[in-house]
Amino acid sequence: MTVAVAAEHLVKRYGEIVALDDVSFEVEEGELFGFIGPDGGGKTSLFRILVTLLLPDAGGARVLGCDVVRSMWELRRRIGYMPGRFALYPDLSVEENLGFFASVFGTTIEAQRDQIAPIFKQLEPFRQRRAGALSGGMKQKLALCCALVHRPEILFLDEPTTGVDAVSRREFWDLLATLRQSGLTIVVSTPYMDEAGRCDRVGLVQRGRLLAIDTPADVARGFDRPLLAVTNADRYGALQLLRGFPHARSVYPFGETLHYTDDRIDAAPADVARELGAFLTAGGLGDGKVSPIAASIEDAFIALMGSPDAAPGAERSAA
Amino acid sequence: MSELAIEVHDLTRVFGSFTAVDRITFDVAAGEVFGFLGANGAGKTTAIRMLTGLLRPTSGSARVAGHDVVTATEAVKRRIGYMSQRFSLYDDLTVRENAQLYGGLYDVRPRDIDARLHGMLARLGLEHAEKSIVRSLPLGWKQKLAFSVALLARPSVVFLDEPTGGVDPITRRQFWEMIYETARGGTTVLVTTHYMDEAEYCDRISIMVDGRIAVMGAPSQLKYDAGVSSIDELFVQLARPETASHGASAT
Repeated sequence: MTVAVAAEHLVKRYGEIVALDDVSFEVEEGELFGFIGPDGGGKTSLFRILVTLLLPDAGGARVLGCDVVRSMWELRRRIGYMPGRFALYPDLSVEENLGFFASVFGTTIEAQRDQIAPIFKQLEPFRQRRAGALSGGMKQKLALCCALVHRPEILFLDEPTTGVDAVSRREFWDLLATLRQSGLTIVVSTPYMDEAGRCDRVGLVQRGRLLAIDTPADVARGFDRPLLAVTNADRYGALQLLRGFPHARSVYPFGETLHYTDDRIDAAPADVARELGAFLTAGGLGDGKVSPIAASIEDAFIALMGSPDAAPGAERSAA
Repeated sequence: MSELAIEVHDLTRVFGSFTAVDRITFDVAAGEVFGFLGANGAGKTTAIRMLTGLLRPTSGSARVAGHDVVTATEAVKRRIGYMSQRFSLYDDLTVRENAQLYGGLYDVRPRDIDARLHGMLARLGLEHAEKSIVRSLPLGWKQKLAFSVALLARPSVVFLDEPTGGVDPITRRQFWEMIYETARGGTTVLVTTHYMDEAEYCDRISIMVDGRIAVMGAPSQLKYDAGVSSIDELFVQLARPETASHGASAT
């Protein structure tokens, strides 16, 4: 496998704030790699270094074999970048924006039609519309199209789905899957944990550090404590009550259920389920169900964040 | 029947030839957590702007906290709180200055502002942040503080527009616990979100499609009625009926 991105001990500081704290990883050619984590975690600084827009304070990175500092000009021709903030010209039409970005790279929409076809097809009905008047999902598709129009060998997408509704998010990831099929290397970041499953591998980012790098399935398997889903008629009451259970490590709302994590690594989940059932009944909240479940990426992320200083204000629930 | 905090009847807003909100009708009870969902462009923001007195309806009516949004706009504004991810606190001011500004705008007495500010910082465990410039704080803190400041004047209804966008999964959940506590205190919460798991935390939700409310009810009931296992699935069915069956990308 050829390495498309190699970052070694990257550090970036803004005054006293450490945005990237000794970050190292590799992305292989043809991989769809996702950086998952909350805003302010360091994802954008990392992307800006990889696309040659920001200098690291220490460490280094190579993209497509080029050093991101020394070979900046060569690299800029070979990469596609979609920044987190909508960066197209709102007063130009869809077609004019695309034509502009093509011309910057010395090409035309026509010459690149096959490359952008799957996305451009969706934009075609709006080709005369001003970019500023597009819906959130359509803006993102146009930005993706503009990032692709010069046939980059690798694509960097910084939070392309933030603020986009659940359906448009899904459509956007379908497009990325199509691009990945064609062999393009894609590095993408997102705050949505549910998007992790669409990546070949993910890096979990929090406060400038990589908490884990692995396939989504293996990140979830790294969760090593009994995890139970609790359904209860009085969800908020059950949440408060369960936090008082002597072995509770954490209890969180999770969709329509609560997720309870036990602090005894070796306890059998079925036994914990029985104990919790009895505890809830004794507390007058027996109306519900407790069942052992497998952890999701989001459970794993929460567990990895776990320490009180990793999550300000989390002491109350993580204690 | 409990008291109604929001009463909306045939509310409509037309921009030129485009009907952004098309005769929506719904009620929200006092102390309820109501999830106001919809795809981008479905009309949520336009509806919220009408309910908060920022935009005049083309037709129909709405009462918020007992006041008509057209004939008693100022009374409505005095009884509501609002926060969103895009607009929350002023970055250049300290936490305390933000509280003084918002409290002052709502005529809360300075003494009360201080007492409420200290109470809220203590509850959040953020006492040390009182004199910090907001810009320097982590996003998760900002969002919790912004919510608290929106509650400073003790509104009867609070509007939260994508309050948890981009925050980490633990903070997101702590934020929802703040919502529960607020609702238990009797304040009505109308909240929008793109996280479909959060829709499950609401007492009731509505999903808007093309300016209309397509479905409304308790999440469990809506899932049961539609025969789906999650609100996410229901959302996809409603927002893109042509793709829901085979899950492919849309045109």
